[in-house]
Amino acid sequence: MSSAGFYIMATGAVIAAACALLGSFLVLRKMAMVGDAVSHAVLPGIVLAFLISGSRGNLIMLVGAAITGVLTTVLIELLHKKARLQEDASIGITFTWLFAIGVILISSFTGQVDLDQDCVLYGEIAYVPLDLLYTSSGTVLGPRALWVGGGLLLLVVIFVLVGFRGLKISTFNPEYAKALGISTAFWHFSFMGLVSLTTVVSFESVGAILIVALLVVPAATAYLLTHRLKAMLLLAVLFGVLASVGGYYLAAALNGSIAGAMVTVAGILFLLAFGYSRWENSRKA
Amino acid sequence: MIAETQEVIPALEVHNLSASYQRKPVLWDVDFQLPQGKLIGVVGPNGSGKTTLLKNIMGLMEPDSGYVKLFGEDLEKVRHRISYVPQRESVDWNFPASVRDVVEMGRYRKNRLFKRLKAQDHQLVTEALERVNLLELSQRQISQLSGGQQQRVFIARALAQQADLYLMDEPFVGVDAATEEALLELLTEMKNAGKTVVIVHHDLQTAYEYFDWTVLLNTRLVAAGPQESIFKKELLQEAYGGRLTVLSKIGDLMARKDFPARETGFKEKEGLGDG
Ligand SMILES: Nc1ncnc2c1ncn2[C@@H]1O[C@H](COP(=O)(O)OP(=O)(O)OP(=O)(O)O)[C@@H](O)[C@H]1O
Ligand SMILES: [Mg+2]
Repeated sequence: MSSAGFYIMATGAVIAAACALLGSFLVLRKMAMVGDAVSHAVLPGIVLAFLISGSRGNLIMLVGAAITGVLTTVLIELLHKKARLQEDASIGITFTWLFAIGVILISSFTGQVDLDQDCVLYGEIAYVPLDLLYTSSGTVLGPRALWVGGGLLLLVVIFVLVGFRGLKISTFNPEYAKALGISTAFWHFSFMGLVSLTTVVSFESVGAILIVALLVVPAATAYLLTHRLKAMLLLAVLFGVLASVGGYYLAAALNGSIAGAMVTVAGILFLLAFGYSRWENSRKA
Repeated sequence: MIAETQEVIPALEVHNLSASYQRKPVLWDVDFQLPQGKLIGVVGPNGSGKTTLLKNIMGLMEPDSGYVKLFGEDLEKVRHRISYVPQRESVDWNFPASVRDVVEMGRYRKNRLFKRLKAQDHQLVTEALERVNLLELSQRQISQLSGGQQQRVFIARALAQQADLYLMDEPFVGVDAATEEALLELLTEMKNAGKTVVIVHHDLQTAYEYFDWTVLLNTRLVAAGPQESIFKKELLQEAYGGRLTVLSKIGDLMARKDFPARETGFKEKEGLGDG
């Protein structure tokens, strides 16, 4: 295998793993569509930060976009609670509007910024090996996207390990958690902040449209196969990694979009799990 | 130290509490005190604000006015002594967790959330499971439980919390007669151990026999006190608006002074009572 191929797969795998861990909690919190909304709504944040700082992948841009993401969840809740709009309608209004602003920003500033629509919408994981990091002596450290993704994965793993009980109780029974004095708002916002951050980092690899697939599909697949939260998290990571590796080979065979192939493989894994769980249930019954 | 003050300090004081959803008042100037060491029912028709009352007591909702004291203190100071059992339908039972996982949550504490549970915590969880007779099912996934078993999981979680005051929202809903009996026995045991147990209950007929005290609620407080002072036709009529035929039955019951505490005769279907 070429080192370029390895870099692409490794980058896809770390991003898919981070998405799978957070996505598991999104699915259990019945917030899959909020994840989708956040992934779209950070677009104007990304473009603005990009216009201001003139580069991508810097810390300001990441943090700025993550804040946009959290603001999105706040906006959705405001519309839902204060304006008495249904939750799905609130989500629909908030993210399409923010996303539209992002699209306008990109299209009117094309040429001035090195950020094109296709890349934002569909991602360009194939370009990952072109943007390498070097040491001062000139040794290749690997692609920048892999390092950023790896850092993100580390952050997510630490968050899930350290916050396991807090996430579990505030997801399963928030009122009971509050009655114990546990701040569900703290868990909600730190979790959504990390989801936003993950979304921004995943942008370049899979694009705005397909991120939600990495967040939701491996997690939903794992949900079908186990009754234990820890097992669900591990399985989701496994399916995320399988999807990115399998997707790479599928794309190579078909000479098609890598991101599209990754999501296709994730979908096939889901169908297999669905069939298996149906078969298991009917065998038991 | 608790023993000395037990009689004096009320377990729960609700002072002029008013609460609303979108400006629609649901509780209006509710004011009462409950003593320690009693089994207490909160009774009222559907939508009378029973759940809302518990939520306000547990600080899950901002009241419009009024305040609550628990053992003479603000909630924040005595949180560890209070255990809340939400309505069973308030959670998704398809969550990937075992019976034991859920009961362990009764040992979670705000400032210990990042640490593993200790051996003592596991011991308390085991004991709680034993008391509700769920030890054999402790590894089962919670979606594979009957309604009554799920209810017992919630009660075990509350027991594991080792509180002094228990606030339970409709623990008898979806529970069969045998389980209801067993639960009541458990609650009575808790009371005898000096705990205060407050139970939201919608069945007026059983409320009379189950509890020592009753809080009769219908947005406003109708009455709160020992059974004899509450189960009067006028008061029940005030709470239920005289709609229910139950009222006349209860009226008859009250007239018969020798009404045995655990008679089940007026549950038409079973007809056990006249045996
Ligand atoms: N989240 C909410 N938003 C708006 N209105 C609510 C909400 N929760 C309850 N209500 C309304 O407040 C009133 C009291 O509700 P509450 O749940 O406290 O009653 P309850 O006595 O527990 O009833 P039940 O016996 O049916 O459980 C009802 O009229 C209900 O429609
Ligand atoms: Mg209720």
